[in-house]
Amino acid sequence: MYQFNYARPKTLAEAEALLAKADDPKLLAGGQTLIPTLKQRLAMPSDLIDIGGLKELDFIRAEGDAVMIGAGAKHATVAQSPDVKKHNPALAALAEGIGDPAVRHMGTIGGSIANNDPAADYPAACLALDAKIHTSKRLIEADQFFKGMFETALEDGEIVKEITFPHPEKAAYMKFPNPASRYAMVGVFVSKGPWGVRVAVTGAGQNGVFRVKEMEDALTKSWSPDAVAGVKVPAKGLNADLHGTAEYRAHLITVMAKRAVAAAG
Amino acid sequence: MSNAAIGEGIGQPVRRKEDFRFITGNGHYTDDIARPRQTWAYFLRSPHAHAKIRGIDTKSAETAPGVVAIFTGKHVADDGLGGLICGWTVSSKDGTPMKVGPHPILAVDTVRYVGDHVAMVVAETLAEARSAAEMIDVDYETLPAAVALAACQSKDAPQVHPEAPRNTCFEWELGNKSETEAAFAKADRIVKLDLTNNRLIPNAMEPRAALGEYDKGTGTYTLHTTSQNPHVARLVLSAFVGVAPEHKLRVIAPDVGGGFGSKIFIYAEETACVWAAAKVGRPIKWTADRSEAFLSDAHGRDHLSHAELALDKNGKFLALRVKTVANLGAYLSTFSASVPTYLYGTLLSGQYDIPAIYVEVDGVYTHTAPVDAYRGAGRPEATYLVERIVETAARETGIDPAEIRRRNFIRSFPHQTPVIMAYDAGDYEASLDAAMKAADHKGFPARKAEAEKRGKLRGLGFSSYIEACGLAPSAAVGSLGAGVGLWESAEVRVNPTGNVEVLTGSHSHGQGHETTFAQLVASRLGIPMEQVEIVHGDTDKVQFGMGTYGSRSGAVGMSAIVKALDKIETKAKKIAAHLMEAAVEDIVFENGTFTVQGTDKTMPWAQLALSAYTAHGFPSAEIEPGLKEGAFYDPTNFTFPAGCHICEVEIDPDTGVTRIINFVAVDDFGTIINPMIVEGQVHGGIAQGIGQALLEHGVYDPESGQLITGSYMDYCMPRADDLPSFNLGFTKTVCPSNPLGMKGCGEAGAIASPPAIINAITDALGIRDIEMPATPARVWAAIQSRPRAAAE
Repeated sequence: MYQFNYARPKTLAEAEALLAKADDPKLLAGGQTLIPTLKQRLAMPSDLIDIGGLKELDFIRAEGDAVMIGAGAKHATVAQSPDVKKHNPALAALAEGIGDPAVRHMGTIGGSIANNDPAADYPAACLALDAKIHTSKRLIEADQFFKGMFETALEDGEIVKEITFPHPEKAAYMKFPNPASRYAMVGVFVSKGPWGVRVAVTGAGQNGVFRVKEMEDALTKSWSPDAVAGVKVPAKGLNADLHGTAEYRAHLITVMAKRAVAAAG
Repeated sequence: MSNAAIGEGIGQPVRRKEDFRFITGNGHYTDDIARPRQTWAYFLRSPHAHAKIRGIDTKSAETAPGVVAIFTGKHVADDGLGGLICGWTVSSKDGTPMKVGPHPILAVDTVRYVGDHVAMVVAETLAEARSAAEMIDVDYETLPAAVALAACQSKDAPQVHPEAPRNTCFEWELGNKSETEAAFAKADRIVKLDLTNNRLIPNAMEPRAALGEYDKGTGTYTLHTTSQNPHVARLVLSAFVGVAPEHKLRVIAPDVGGGFGSKIFIYAEETACVWAAAKVGRPIKWTADRSEAFLSDAHGRDHLSHAELALDKNGKFLALRVKTVANLGAYLSTFSASVPTYLYGTLLSGQYDIPAIYVEVDGVYTHTAPVDAYRGAGRPEATYLVERIVETAARETGIDPAEIRRRNFIRSFPHQTPVIMAYDAGDYEASLDAAMKAADHKGFPARKAEAEKRGKLRGLGFSSYIEACGLAPSAAVGSLGAGVGLWESAEVRVNPTGNVEVLTGSHSHGQGHETTFAQLVASRLGIPMEQVEIVHGDTDKVQFGMGTYGSRSGAVGMSAIVKALDKIETKAKKIAAHLMEAAVEDIVFENGTFTVQGTDKTMPWAQLALSAYTAHGFPSAEIEPGLKEGAFYDPTNFTFPAGCHICEVEIDPDTGVTRIINFVAVDDFGTIINPMIVEGQVHGGIAQGIGQALLEHGVYDPESGQLITGSYMDYCMPRADDLPSFNLGFTKTVCPSNPLGMKGCGEAGAIASPPAIINAITDALGIRDIEMPATPARVWAAIQSRPRAAAE
C-alpha cells in the first residue's frame, strides 16, 4: 500500500464535503475490491474516505411495492433480510451467493454497483429488476447507470445512497462461476414484473452487464424455459480467456437463462 | 499396560499431537520470529521473460526512506559467492553430461523468466523496501522469449542459455531400444497416444520465508527458513554457494506449513537473506507474498509425450516406447534433472509385465520459472502415461479395462522391469478386486442408464498405479547421478527420568511425524506417547539428515529410529542384566519392563533409565554410563506402494461440468503406523490429483512469457466443494526391504488419481483424450467436436 490520508466521516454530508476537497479521493465502503487493489499497489489515492460506518446508509425496508436497500447494506444482511426474502427471494439468493462469508460480511451493495466489476452479481439484479439508484445528487435508472467495464454514470463526488428494488412477480438468478475466482463467468438474472420481462447478463460481456432483448421478447410471449432455449446470443463482444471461449460463454447464457426461468417458476 | 491397550500402539488412529498447537495459533513458523534490529528484504523481480540488463541504477533508491542496503548480482559476484546448483547430474544418450547454464542468486546481465531476481532491497520496513525497489531504474533490453514448450527446441527458438544449444539440457534415454523395436515389429496391434501433463504451481499454505542472522562475535550464521531438508540446505549453502563454512552455519526449519516438494530446493531469496545479514550486520527477514510464490516457487510437471504400446492378439503387452519433452524452466533447480528422468522413466512399466521398454526424454530450458519435484515428482507423469495408454488399449481392443490389466499384471516377485526397478512385493489384483467391489463396478451400467435419462453422461475410469518411494539406497541413486546419499539418521536420547527425545533427520511439514514417530518409539519402549518428544529441523540439534520428500520419512526415517532403538534395547538389556545379576540372554524386554526369564525379577523402564545415569557400580570396562544411541539407515531398495483408484464421474453436457460421483482408492502401503494420518495423506494426495485433472493449470503467455495464472483469480486450487467424500480401502503386502515393512503413502493419491479421472471423463464422452485440466470449457468443447454418432 502507498500512503494516503484516511477519514471516517460521521454523516453523508461530511463525506460529501471531504470528497469535494480531496485531491484524488476514493470512497471506502466494504473494501473488498479496493483494499486488495491498494495492497497490490495498483491504486494510489490521495485520500480514503471511509463511509463503511455511515448509519444513514445501512438500512433495508419494504415500503409499498418496493424494497429499499441502503448503499451500506452488507451482502450478508441483504441475504438474511426478512423483507428481501419475502418480496424478492431471488435477490436474497443472489446476495447469499456473492464471494465467501468473509466477503459477504464486509462487502456492500453500494460498493458493488459503484465499482461495476463486469463479473459482479448485483449489476445483473439491478438491471433485471428495473432498480432505481438514488445518489447524493439524483435518481438514476439502472438502465442508465452501468456504462461499461468498471464505468458507471456516477460523477465525481457523487455517492450512492440507496437502491430501490420494485417487487417482481417472478425472478431468479443463475450463476455459472469461474472455476478459479468463483466470480460469475456467466450470470443471468430473469424477471417478470410491472416493467415487463427482463433478462440481464453479467460476467460474459466485455462491457459488463447487458440485457438480452431476444430473450425478453421470447419470454414475454411465453414465460417458459423452452422459450429461451432456442435463443442464441452472439459470441461477438463476449469475453474469451483461459477459462472459456466467447462461444462457450454465449452457450452458457442460454443454458443459465433456461435454468433461471425454470427456477423462477 | 501395553501401548496397544491404551490406544497408542502401531496401527492405531492416534490423534495428531502437533495439531493442538497448530489450530490454536501456537505454532512457530519462520515469519512468526522477530529479532531485535530486524530489517526486511524485498526482491525486485524481472517484469520480462527474457532481457539483457544494460545497467541497474540504484542511486535514488539508496537514499529512499528507511533503506539499509541494496544488493545486485554484481555485489554477489564480487563477494565470490557461487550460484545455485542442481544436485543430480543426468547424461545424454551420447554420454555427455547435461548442459547447465549458470543460476546466479541475483541476475548479473540477463533475466530469464518473469520473477527472476534482479536486486534485493533491505530496509527498516517491508513497505520502505518495496517503495525503494520501485525507484531502482533497470535498463532492460527486452528479447524474444522461448515459452511454448513444443517450439523451444527448434533452431530458431530464442536461447535461454548459450551453453545449451536448441535449449536442450539433455537427451536422456532408458531401456532397450533394439528389443523394443523388435517387439513393435512383431506386434498385432500398436496403440498410440499423445499426452500433455499440465504445469502445476505448488501453493503450500505457508509461503516461503527466511530470517538470516549473523553473529559477529562468533562468526556464525543462522538461517530460519521454510525447508523440507535443512541439512541439505546447509550443505549446499556451505559447499557450493559458499555463504559460510558448514560448522559456522545453522539452518533451522521450524514449523513449516506444507511443502509438496517446493521447499526441498535451495532458492535465491533464502540464500541472499543469510548472506546479506553479515553485510548489513542486522537480521534480515523475507516472507514471500502469494504473488511472489506463484512467480518464484519451483513449478511441477509440464511434459509433452508421445507413447506407443505394442500388444499381441490376446491383449498382452509386448513393448512400450515413449518420447517425452520435459520443461525444466529457465534454470536447473536443486533436483530438477532427476524428476523427468530417473523418477519418471523408471516407473513406465507400471504394474505390468512389459518385456521391452524404451523411453527418451529431452530436458528443455524455457523462459519460465524453474520446474522441479512436486508431490509425486515424475511418478505422476509416468502413471498418467501408462494408465492412459492402457485404458486406450482396452478401448481399442475391446477388452474390458479391468481384464486387460489382469492379463498383464506382474504376479511373481521380485520382478525386474526393463527400466531399472526391481519390484519387491505386491498383489495388484487384490487391490483391483477390492476397488471394483467398493466402486460397485457391477452396478455401473444401471447407474449410467439412469443418468442418461436425466440427460447426464456417466463414465468410469481405472488407475492401477505403482510408484517408487522411500528414496532410496544411496548406492543406487549415486550410480544414477545423485550428488547425495539417500539414507536417514536418528538418535534416541533416553533421559534419566525415562522420557525420551528422538532426533530425526526427517522433517515434518504436515506429515504428523510428532505423532507417528512417537507411536513407534512409545510402543517399542512401553512408555506413554506423551513421554516421547520428536526433535527435527535444526542442524544444531540433529547431526545430519536428508529431509522429507519422496514419501521417505516412514520407510527410511522410521527405519533409522528402529535401528537406534535396537541399539538402545541392546544396551538397556546389558544394564538390566548387570543390575538384576542375570545373563544378558535371559533378559526379556516387554511393555516397558525388563524381566529375567523364568524368574520374578523385574525392573521397570524408568528405573533402568535412572540407573543408566547413576551408573553406580557399573563395570566401566563393559558398560558405559548413559543411554543414548544413534543410527544411520540406508535401505536396500526403493519401496513400491501400489493400488487401484476408480473414479466415477457425471458430466452435464449443457455446461461441461464434471462431478465426481464416487472416488475409490485402494492402496497397498505395507505396514501402516497410524491409519488416520495415512488416510489424511491419501485425501490430500487425491485432492491435488483432482486439482491437476480438473482445475489447476500454470499458464504463461506464449509470446510475452507473462504468468497468466499468477493468482487465485485464474489459478484454480481445489476447494472442499470440488471434492467428493473419498472411499478408501487398503490391501497389504509387507515391504521386505525395511524393518517395519512400510512403503510410503505421501504421494500415492496425487500419483494415482489423475488418470482415473481422465479415463472416466473420456469414457463418459466416448473420446480418446482430453487435456488436463479438463475444465468445463474444455469438456463442453470436446462434446461439441465429438463425432455425431458418439454424441447420440
